[in-house]
Amino acid sequence: MYPSRFRYEAPRSIAEAIALLREGGDDAKVLAGGQSLVPLMKLRFASPELIVDINNLPGLDYHREDPDGTIRIGALCRHADLERSALLKARQPVMAAAAPLIADPIVRNRGTLVGSLCHADPQGDWASVVTALGGFVVARGPGGRRTIPIADFVTGPFQNALAPDEIAVEAIIPAPKGALAGGYLKLERRVGDFATVGVAVATESSGGKVTRAGIALTGVGGSTINATAAAEALVGQPLSAESIRQAADLAAEAARPRTDHRGSAEYKRHMVRTFVVRILSRGDGGEAAAGNGGEAGAGNGSEAGAGGGTQNSAGNGTADGGAERAA
Amino acid sequence: MSQALDEIKIGGLGASRKRVEDDRFIRGRGNYTDDITLPGMLHMEILRSPLAHARIKSVDASKAWDIPGVRLVLTGEMMATRNLAWMPTLSYDTQAVLATDKVRFQGQEVACVIADDPYIAKDACEAIDVEYEPLPVIVNPVQAQADGAPVIRDDKENQPDNVIYDWEVGDKAGTDRAFEQADVISKLKLHYPRSHPSPIECCGSIADFNRATSKLTVYMTTQAPHIIRAAVALVAELPEHMIRIVSPDIGGGFGNKVPVYPGYVCSILASILLERPVKWIEDKSGNLISTGFARDMYLDSEMALRKDGKILGVRIHADADHGAFFSDAQPSKFKIGLLHSAFAAYDIPAGHLTARGTYSNKAPGGVAYRCSFRVTEAMFFQERMMQAAAVDLGIDQAEFRRMNFVQDEQFPYRTAFGFLTDSGQYAKCLDVGLKAVGYEEFRQQQAEARKRGRLLGLGISTMTEPLGAGNSREYDILGIKMFDSAELKVHMTGKAILRTGAKSQGQGHETTWAQIVAHELGLPAEDVVVEEGDTDTAPFGMGTYASRSTPVAGAAVAMVSRKIRAKARKLAAHLLEVSEEDIEWELGRFYVRSAPDRGVTIQECAMAAYSNMPDGMEPGLENTAYYDPPNLTWPFAVYIVTVEVDPETGVWDVLNMVAVDDCGVRINPMIVEGQIMGGLTEAYAMSSTQFITFDSEGNCVGSNYMDYMLPSAWETPGFELHSEVVTPSPHHPIGAKGVGECAAVGGPAAFVNAVMDAISDTGVRNIDMPLLPDRVWEAIKYHRDVSGAPPVRADD
Repeated sequence: MYPSRFRYEAPRSIAEAIALLREGGDDAKVLAGGQSLVPLMKLRFASPELIVDINNLPGLDYHREDPDGTIRIGALCRHADLERSALLKARQPVMAAAAPLIADPIVRNRGTLVGSLCHADPQGDWASVVTALGGFVVARGPGGRRTIPIADFVTGPFQNALAPDEIAVEAIIPAPKGALAGGYLKLERRVGDFATVGVAVATESSGGKVTRAGIALTGVGGSTINATAAAEALVGQPLSAESIRQAADLAAEAARPRTDHRGSAEYKRHMVRTFVVRILSRGDGGEAAAGNGGEAGAGNGSEAGAGGGTQNSAGNGTADGGAERAA
Repeated sequence: MSQALDEIKIGGLGASRKRVEDDRFIRGRGNYTDDITLPGMLHMEILRSPLAHARIKSVDASKAWDIPGVRLVLTGEMMATRNLAWMPTLSYDTQAVLATDKVRFQGQEVACVIADDPYIAKDACEAIDVEYEPLPVIVNPVQAQADGAPVIRDDKENQPDNVIYDWEVGDKAGTDRAFEQADVISKLKLHYPRSHPSPIECCGSIADFNRATSKLTVYMTTQAPHIIRAAVALVAELPEHMIRIVSPDIGGGFGNKVPVYPGYVCSILASILLERPVKWIEDKSGNLISTGFARDMYLDSEMALRKDGKILGVRIHADADHGAFFSDAQPSKFKIGLLHSAFAAYDIPAGHLTARGTYSNKAPGGVAYRCSFRVTEAMFFQERMMQAAAVDLGIDQAEFRRMNFVQDEQFPYRTAFGFLTDSGQYAKCLDVGLKAVGYEEFRQQQAEARKRGRLLGLGISTMTEPLGAGNSREYDILGIKMFDSAELKVHMTGKAILRTGAKSQGQGHETTWAQIVAHELGLPAEDVVVEEGDTDTAPFGMGTYASRSTPVAGAAVAMVSRKIRAKARKLAAHLLEVSEEDIEWELGRFYVRSAPDRGVTIQECAMAAYSNMPDGMEPGLENTAYYDPPNLTWPFAVYIVTVEVDPETGVWDVLNMVAVDDCGVRINPMIVEGQIMGGLTEAYAMSSTQFITFDSEGNCVGSNYMDYMLPSAWETPGFELHSEVVTPSPHHPIGAKGVGECAAVGGPAAFVNAVMDAISDTGVRNIDMPLLPDRVWEAIKYHRDVSGAPPVRADD
């Protein structure tokens, strides 16, 4: 790899890091997992003059739950930490579903959730998951600390709300007010490919009714799409085949896909609809999604793909998945 | 009487000996081109065209020259002053080394910078200002042949359009008659998308011209070092004995490393001009965007059938998109390679094939990628056509193939297109495959599943592949006949060194060649070291591609071992004090026929060759053999795949894959199985995800590993391999046929046929590869064929 010339700094404190970023201005970049930045530098699509490597900053590799149920993910928490997290498996089914679907194992070993949010790739998975869950990003800068709702944090394709001298230090997933359910489904051509289509769905229910819902879409627009109308369609009533269908149609409407080598626009819209139905239909048992492509796409001479019911059955109301790697 | 040697124990024929080369590869101790560092070495980078078709108005390199550490900037203009702006291709066309007049594909080489380190070279490439005037772009044969299409090769005289050749083979009149007599005529049109061999190691070279000795040494990634030496001698006008080409370890070739690339030429010229070693290492995008690709062929054909299933004749038309230069590295006299090997496994009385090659604004190539010169397209088309015809006739897929197979007793069999197939047991292979996959049971399961809305499918593909180019009558490169060679030197202690004219890129020659020697001489395989790739030491050979190593170089290894054995026999007679006629051979030992316990080992003979030879005998125990194969070898295989298609998403999963390969005698069964598994993986990749395509502006989609989808272990299905059918080649010294490409050749149709079978209720005849879920979904939803490479379809 032969990137353009750059200066490399590895500060030991946040204050030092912020000072360096202040000095570097627009030509400085923060390096955490490097799984997006480094390929861009290799291709010379990005040629920052200053790299501020934050991997030596202490105390940022955590993910934990506050007593009130809020989940906090530090800037150096790797995808692999989340994939293996007992906490997420027990408490956060949507994130637990998404974590094993991020890129491939090698990327997951180094890449970070917060870094993925900062990169704001319209095909990034975490932004959809955090959007569906109504999460926040915490930034630290010379003026102190501020908490930014994810919808305001991602400002466009590959654009975020950080000032040049701010560092995103934490992502926050608020505590659910009811029973949390949902999942993340992703269609990709191969492990490690960007999503052809990804759908994150989160619902909170109490008293038999959905009290909050979030639906966000990956890879079907210029940026992460927050399908608010689709989510609204679920709220205030019990989950039913009718409300699910309505939400799925509205989510498909919210998608802005383009025809490309991953698939036609029409197909991608169809897959948004299909995934919304599949995620939401799992918990109520009756409507277990048909077809295969489940069991993490294995094939491999196993029983996988032998038809309905081979998908990860998890998701709604359970804590261990709702994940599917199709294709 | 001494115990005869156990051939498996000494690592002979049939031993699944661990690959000796793996020890250094696994430890990271391989020696690849990029591992080599020479004193004073400079680094070269190539500036490539961002546009697919454009006139070059100016190239201004002044800013590049100003960067400290830049030693040389080469442009097309500078190459032209040395008559090196263009070079000949192996298909008797010309190819630009560095563009002068126009760029003709995205990624074409425009300039080179040679600098103290690769970072500086890359910076300097970015500092070169090239002014382009964009021209209309052609990305397929239809556009190439349209009225008023721009002429891509306006550099050539007598090239008024974009047609490279029109070629035909077969019996037109006989085929026409067959179609007149047909009860049913089946038709099929399809596109075999462009793919890329994509070796993990990209191309590269280190040219080292030494002014003091006048000798040019080039370390490079080539599958055919001797051909490169000849080409350099011709192009650079250097004396052949002053050129040394060294192929060190190679990280995969798959045909990508046969041609001569501009990077090699520029590094050689730069070294001559600067009198310093110059290293060029291609990056992944450079490799995918500019070097020898494969396929990109449109096939439109029909089959004449009798109601009872007998095939009467076949007509094939092929349009081949060769890219901007006709640079196929293929040695046959047939313009379209061995495409007319299609249907060679079937007893078909008449066939006629026409082919047209055209230029486009895409990277040049066409025959590379684990394929004996377009056999992959031939077998894919054959098996897709067989499936379509069986559907049209309402005959069972397996039965239709069986009734049309060339029968065991028909060999040697002359095909409708003139090939002579050597041997095979086709029906037996099919039976093994059907039994393994549980054919009858699956058909029942499929019918039951369908009632419940589930789509199961089964696809059959067979393949036979003409391997071993060539024989010298029909195959040559630049006039050099297609033979190969081996040189064996047995040292006095019975250890030996073997060199061949082939060059392993992962095939395991260091392991298997020694096994052939062990089989012929009884020397333990571990006592034989194998060396290849250095033209100063290796005997002249044509290299490794087209699965030709075992059929040709492997045969030479057997033949040279037999020459050694013949001399050893004379030595044995001398040592045993009997006449040669009284000597018998068993593995590793000569003995006296009338007194079997009186004998000498091959090692004792070796010692005698240096210490106790009979009067008048030339000392030493070494020899060389050149082998010109009497015919191609014809392995056969049956691949059967079962899938389930999700009707809602178009996603399909492989349930089972059975492979029955009859590649003749297996030298090292473990390596053969590895080759088959690798080939099946590539077959799965091509059928499901892997392709290179271009948008209407000629931008390459698939120029990096984010878009060119090599399958990972995660997606790759499991394979069940069968080796119970063995039909030795009747003309190969040890009965081997070659196997490296078979599964990649025959595999893709099995996957596609399985998906098409699963959705047969839709009446859809064809989905072109890759069968991405959206294309399968489209076929199911709209009951229509889905054709062409994905981005060809317009948005909205």
